[in-house]
Amino acid sequence: MTGWIEIGALDDIPRLGSRVVRTPHGNIAVFRTESDEVFALDDRCPHKGGPLSQGIVHNKRVTCPLHNFVIELASGQAVAPDEGCTHTHPAKVENGVVWLSVRQAVPVS
Amino acid sequence: MLDKVTKQKLVVIGNGMAGIRTVEALLERAPDLYDITVFGSEPYGNYNRILLSPVLAGEKTVDDIMLNTVDWYEDNNITLRKGETITMIDRRTCEVVTEAGARVPYDRLLIATGSNPIMLPLPGKDLPGVIGFRDIYDVDRMIKASTDYRNAVVIGGGLLGLEAANGLMKRGMSVTVVHLLDTLMERQLDPVAGGLLRKSLEERGMVFKMPAQTQAILGEDRVTGVRFADGTELPADLVVMAVGIRPNFELAKKAGLYCERGIVVSDTMQTYDGRIYAVGECVQHRRQTYGLVAPLFDQAKVCANHLAMKGFATYDGSVTSTKLKVTGIDLFSAGDFAPGPDKEEIVLQDANRGVYKRIILKDKKIVGAVLYGDTIDGPWYFQHLRDGTDVSHMRERLVFGAANLGEGGVSGQSSVAAMSDETEICGCNGVCKGAIVKAITDKKLFTLDDVRAHTKASSSCGSCTGLVEQVLAFTLGGDYSAAPKVKPLCKCTDHSHDDVRRVIVEQNLKTIPAVMRFMEWKTLNGCHSCRPALNYYLLATWPGEYVDDQQSRFINERVHANIQKDGTYSVVPRMWGGVTTPSELRAIADVAEKFNIPTVKVTGGQRIDLLGVKKEDLPAVWADLNDAGMVSGHAYAKGLRTVKTCVGSEWCRFGTQDSTGLGIKIEKFMWGSWTPAKVKLGVSGCPRNCAEATCKDVGVVCVDSGYEIHFAGAAGLHIKGTEFLTKVETEDECLEVIVALTQLYREEGWYLERMYKWCDRVGLEQIRKRVVDNVENRKALFARFAYSQQFAQSDPWSERARSGVDRNEFAPLAELEIA
Ligand SMILES: Cc1cc2nc3c(=O)[nH]c(=O)nc-3n(C[C@H](O)[C@H](O)[C@H](O)COP(=O)(O)OP(=O)(O)OC[C@H]3O[C@@H](n4cnc5c(N)ncnc54)[C@H](O)[C@@H]3O)c2cc1C
Ligand code: SF4
Ligand code: SF4
Ligand code: FES
Repeated sequence: MTGWIEIGALDDIPRLGSRVVRTPHGNIAVFRTESDEVFALDDRCPHKGGPLSQGIVHNKRVTCPLHNFVIELASGQAVAPDEGCTHTHPAKVENGVVWLSVRQAVPVS
Repeated sequence: MLDKVTKQKLVVIGNGMAGIRTVEALLERAPDLYDITVFGSEPYGNYNRILLSPVLAGEKTVDDIMLNTVDWYEDNNITLRKGETITMIDRRTCEVVTEAGARVPYDRLLIATGSNPIMLPLPGKDLPGVIGFRDIYDVDRMIKASTDYRNAVVIGGGLLGLEAANGLMKRGMSVTVVHLLDTLMERQLDPVAGGLLRKSLEERGMVFKMPAQTQAILGEDRVTGVRFADGTELPADLVVMAVGIRPNFELAKKAGLYCERGIVVSDTMQTYDGRIYAVGECVQHRRQTYGLVAPLFDQAKVCANHLAMKGFATYDGSVTSTKLKVTGIDLFSAGDFAPGPDKEEIVLQDANRGVYKRIILKDKKIVGAVLYGDTIDGPWYFQHLRDGTDVSHMRERLVFGAANLGEGGVSGQSSVAAMSDETEICGCNGVCKGAIVKAITDKKLFTLDDVRAHTKASSSCGSCTGLVEQVLAFTLGGDYSAAPKVKPLCKCTDHSHDDVRRVIVEQNLKTIPAVMRFMEWKTLNGCHSCRPALNYYLLATWPGEYVDDQQSRFINERVHANIQKDGTYSVVPRMWGGVTTPSELRAIADVAEKFNIPTVKVTGGQRIDLLGVKKEDLPAVWADLNDAGMVSGHAYAKGLRTVKTCVGSEWCRFGTQDSTGLGIKIEKFMWGSWTPAKVKLGVSGCPRNCAEATCKDVGVVCVDSGYEIHFAGAAGLHIKGTEFLTKVETEDECLEVIVALTQLYREEGWYLERMYKWCDRVGLEQIRKRVVDNVENRKALFARFAYSQQFAQSDPWSERARSGVDRNEFAPLAELEIA
């Protein structure tokens, strides 16, 4: 896992929206809730890899734009009845600045 | 009259639905005969147990479901001893004994102890968090669990289990229903209806594990999971057992009364001890036990009759029908529907409407019915079933219901008109149409609540509310305007699309949060279904004023391109009327090469699609297309898409009018407008119809003498030819009608409801009246459309390519170079 990396200003992410952070391992979607919490997830839906960053954010969930899987931002878990989980990364806001710590995905055996 | 001292003592054990209904009926017949004492284990007056499901679902409160408050007992001189359980019946001394040891004598005793939920004898069944679903106490515990925990498992996919699961889900829990068999509610439904039910519950988020047998409940201090016979496990913080009920007859049995599966009673509801009566779920009558209120209320009537010493009534058993009380799901089942060699069935299945009906006949009579999706005719079938009517003369049309048999028109109201006075409307309370009509006219009733109070119809499970309202409407004629039965906009609210649209206008609501606050949305920010709908409604209601909420737009409308399965986008520039030029084509070719766009394809709407554009390239692609004079084709929008044309009189030897020119004119006037769902137009130059205008949302077919306007066609998931709206003589009139029609649709359509569905719902004549016949209204509609266009007709591509609108949308927030 990397240390905390500054990735930008909170205001650069729309409320109930998301922005993408590029990494060599793929995109990470950083979400901002109505109450200004931030969450970071791999930008890949557990269903068929849809870009979650492009979905509609509601409460602490996002709906995938491709086939409407609903994903919990905190856990990356798909909300029942759908199944699957997206990799999450720690993220935080301090004084209006968003920090991210990139967690390598553990290969599934 | 008998005075107090000589009054006989009636003791009732069980302060529940059957016991108190018996007491009520007794008071009607012989108010002063007995000195009545009621014992009830639960610390309340009598409440409507059926409605525990809506209480659990948060649709009603405990106060709402009280049937007899403590005051009622006082007013009727009944001694209510709530919270006191009877532990023994001493038949020798004719006394009952309470838990605390008090003895109370009786002359007559009524046992109405109901039943208990069956708790499967599994390891772990006594862990905290494992409960049944029977009383207020259980519901309280479930509600509490739903705030503290997340995962619930409901064992049992019957009526009770599904209602519990639905309620818990509405309270925000993730719910899995475990069922032993592979059909839900198999006692009421056949596999097809069970499958439909499962599908719509799954759409609401319910999860099913079936067929599956539970083997153990896991956990140390509290339940943590459930294990199945196949070795799999599910996490669970709450387990609700809803596998059935067991008549509660221990007390009677201990007292030496004859019991089998319940307390055995005669046709007069007497046990083997003539002084002791029994009613409700605890009894067994002619080998039958019952678990629904309708038969219990029949029993209560008979029992009251005998207690009142008017001993002529007998109870002959009941045929029951069932409805599921899950808001938004219409389900009706009655009688015997198992297939058999001597039975015939009539099946109607309309997957599009989500309707399934199966009527089972035997010896020319209806013996069973399962209805899903459209249950309006349930009582009508049930009536014929109970009457044993010979239905052979109407066999062919039977499945279409009363309305289609000339027993009424098409609407529900007329099917109520077609019902005979004896048709039962309220199954729970056995109230027939005639009794309701009589109460309405004699007692001058006007509201549903009045009818409930006077007839008890619709006061138990509430499933017949719609029918009772129709009887009201039919009896009172024009005086009564009942709200038609409506479906909620989405899971986040109980309000319908129409309610929301109306309230936005009435309350002057101008933002999504304002609507959600005022209409008490159940979720914090709504969901992907309601937010885009609200955004559209606000936009359509307050043109020029409402600021479009980008975060409530589906991605395609937010970035003005169509997302593809790999996360890239497709770009479709507008080609007015499907006409292009060499320079436009050249520009498209250049763009495709410059940005390495992998696929260039001609669409069905007569334009060119550039597929596989990376999101970050979109603004630059648009800039180049803009430079060549092209704008967004809105191929992604719930709005005006294309106007497909043929070459018409300009080239075609059959052409009667300039169909291409008219198409372009319409498109130039209407582009940029947002609508409830996509709108596609077509203009054909003659009835050969090369532009396929008669399967479009709006289609024009040119003829020598003018223009025929058609609408409400579809050629997608559903295929439907258009309806003829009107014929006009000039291009300008044609434009006016089409624009006015579209505006009406914009103002009334439900979000995502295509024009043909709107037309289906509202009715062709209604629409024609307002768009064609009423010229003034047409002009007003036209003017409102034109007004809103001044705010809508700005090319979203150039706004983003040139004016930097939404710049953040297209660039990454950061690029990290981590190992
Ligand atoms: C959640 C739920 C949904 C339902 N939905 C429907 C529906 O849609 N349609 C339908 O027709 N039916 C429905 N039912 C069934 C219906 O509620 C019952 O059939 C009906 O309540 C039975 O009435 P009863 O008087 O026999 O028993 P109850 O209403 O259970 O009354 C028995 C009472 O006796 C008390 N008691 C028991 N033993 C003693 C004792 N020793 N001393 C003192 N008091 C005692 C109990 O505490 C209880 O209060 C539903 C039931 C539940 C639980
Ligand atoms: S619809 Fe009629 S006018 Fe148009 S191209 Fe076909 S034949 Fe010609
Ligand atoms: S028909 Fe189906 S697969 Fe083809 S473009 Fe339309 S949605 Fe996609
Ligand atoms: S890829 Fe996300 S729902 Fe299908």
